[in-house]
Amino acid sequence: MENYMKLEIPAKSCNESLVRAVVSAFAVQLDLSIEELADIKTAVSEAVTNSIVHGYSNMKGTIKVVCRMIDGCIEIEITDYGVGIEDIDTAMQPLFTSKPECERSGMGFTVMQTFMDELKVSSKLGEGTVVTMKKRIGG
Amino acid sequence: MDIKLELIGTTLVVKIDGEIDHHTAAMLKSEIDRELNVHNVTNLVLDFDRVTFMDSSGIGVIAGRYKEITARGGKVMLIRVKPQVDKILEISGLKTIMECSH
Repeated sequence: MENYMKLEIPAKSCNESLVRAVVSAFAVQLDLSIEELADIKTAVSEAVTNSIVHGYSNMKGTIKVVCRMIDGCIEIEITDYGVGIEDIDTAMQPLFTSKPECERSGMGFTVMQTFMDELKVSSKLGEGTVVTMKKRIGG
Repeated sequence: MDIKLELIGTTLVVKIDGEIDHHTAAMLKSEIDRELNVHNVTNLVLDFDRVTFMDSSGIGVIAGRYKEITARGGKVMLIRVKPQVDKILEISGLKTIMECSH
């Protein structure tokens, strides 16, 4: 089955659960397990939270979410137009956080990597960040 | 999210109902910290029976309270943990430093 959806929302923390719910509703069209669905929800939550907390530093902004189903895979692309990431490799290190005072665990990218099959991060300073994640269903 | 706090002796039991993410973590943190500041709490029990979702924001909250409780010479226990929460606790390494049961 091929399908896609696009969602654009303001970068507000109350929208984190909204994005999880929408992506879940889209993903259940594939025949996926409870664990696979939970993995997708968690990874999406991490990416959206990163955009709100880091991309926009809790200020105003827009987050775009695109989901696609291709060949038994779900691909999720989360885009923000915030500050961007200076050093992606450092940002992706487990336990690294640029905001230790906020009790951020520094596990966001590690969770995305562990729960999804593929993770790609591209970012430009002053322009924003795109996180693309893929998960094979039933694989 | 709904949080119920009960102090039994010097043990604070926190029953959490709902989803723990960056949005709700702030409320969870402040509710627990208020009790920790007011009462003589040495141990903390977090009851996850009704937690339907948790992301790494929850790890930050647990780790922060763990630091405070261990500084007081107490213990943190995570009880009635469900599979989704268990998976994220597992990769965070928190299960190696605190008691965790299903």
